[in-house]
Amino acid sequence: MGIIQKIFYYHVSSAWNAFLAFLIVAISSIIYLKTKENKWDIYALSSAEIGVIFSAITLITGSMWAKGSWNTWWTWDPRLTTALVMWLIYASYLTLRKSLKTEKKARLSAVFGIIAFTSVPITYLSIRIWPTIHPNLEFSLMLPAKMTLILSITAFTLLYIYLFHLRTKIEKTKEKIKKLKTTK
Amino acid sequence: MKYLKKAFNVFWKDLIIELRSKEMINTMIIFSILVVLISSFAFGQMSTEALDQIAPGVLWIAFIFAGMLGIGRSFISEKDQNCLRGNMLAPVDWSAIYIGKTIGNLFFMLIMELITLIIFVVIFDFGKILTKLPKLTIILLLGTLGFVSVGTLLSAISVNTKTREMLLPVLLFPVTIPVILPVVESTSQLITQEPNILPWIRILTAYDIIFFVLSALIFNYVVEE
Repeated sequence: MGIIQKIFYYHVSSAWNAFLAFLIVAISSIIYLKTKENKWDIYALSSAEIGVIFSAITLITGSMWAKGSWNTWWTWDPRLTTALVMWLIYASYLTLRKSLKTEKKARLSAVFGIIAFTSVPITYLSIRIWPTIHPNLEFSLMLPAKMTLILSITAFTLLYIYLFHLRTKIEKTKEKIKKLKTTK
Repeated sequence: MKYLKKAFNVFWKDLIIELRSKEMINTMIIFSILVVLISSFAFGQMSTEALDQIAPGVLWIAFIFAGMLGIGRSFISEKDQNCLRGNMLAPVDWSAIYIGKTIGNLFFMLIMELITLIIFVVIFDFGKILTKLPKLTIILLLGTLGFVSVGTLLSAISVNTKTREMLLPVLLFPVTIPVILPVVESTSQLITQEPNILPWIRILTAYDIIFFVLSALIFNYVVEE
């Protein structure tokens, strides 16, 4: 496949990060509804934003690879469709957060965060449920390729953790400033 | 049993309100007929083969857009004078409100779908879809159930936002695509020689169950104060 194959390492790692981020959104949302602690709402927001970015990267890199190997930017393959839907759902999750202003914001977004997660398993499993032209990871990778993939997934996971840390820090600082302003 | 009766009471209340005002159901029906008419203007010149391909899509676009209007209204009347709190004071789990509202939306949507289907068959000269009526009924029921079960929950969420009706489609359409895709695909299968709708019905049923159970479980968190 030549040079175009190299995009694979970014594509798979970004997809992995998106799945991980959306899982964290769902878990944080459930814990928020149980405990009503504000930090879980911040975790859900931070993770959703990162997840939307990484699933966008997945879609874009996938599209570039498809142009190289399928000779088309986009096709309505089950994997592509479900991935796009997943991205749309979490984009609308962020829209919902923007338009909720009241004290209900965290609670209602947590509910949608749980509903939104229904799109994640179906995206992950779509290559097993339906016949698809999307390459399946289970086909044998050569050892060097496997090593590179594991390395890049690890690197992307660390990147996720770092971004998550930064994003939550911003939110927490915001809250601190808000508190300072109101107590004055 | 008592629980179901209470859920049914919520539906009964909405039905009586609707029968007196006829606000929502009229708007839904007229809107969906308009969608069918406009599509007929736009695609009327096409060949029969081309129409066969787009007709199921037209039908479901009409159903879903009109259904959206109705679902969007289902909690607005409860916001008025804090009626929702009145409902919540009833000694029953709040999910009964959700189930009652879902039954209501399902009922209104099915009436709208029935009337739209008749108009659609007449305008597009699509009598062949009626020869598979039992299968079509199953598709309609399952598809509408999946759509309203998550729609009712999201309507309860979006009624709290500033942009209300504008936001609901943005939330609801992406989430219900796993329902919309199978219904459109299986409806277009119906007009082929040997329809094979079972795989799609399986996905539909799975999503109906997931959406309904999940929504009923987390509805309490939407309405709690």
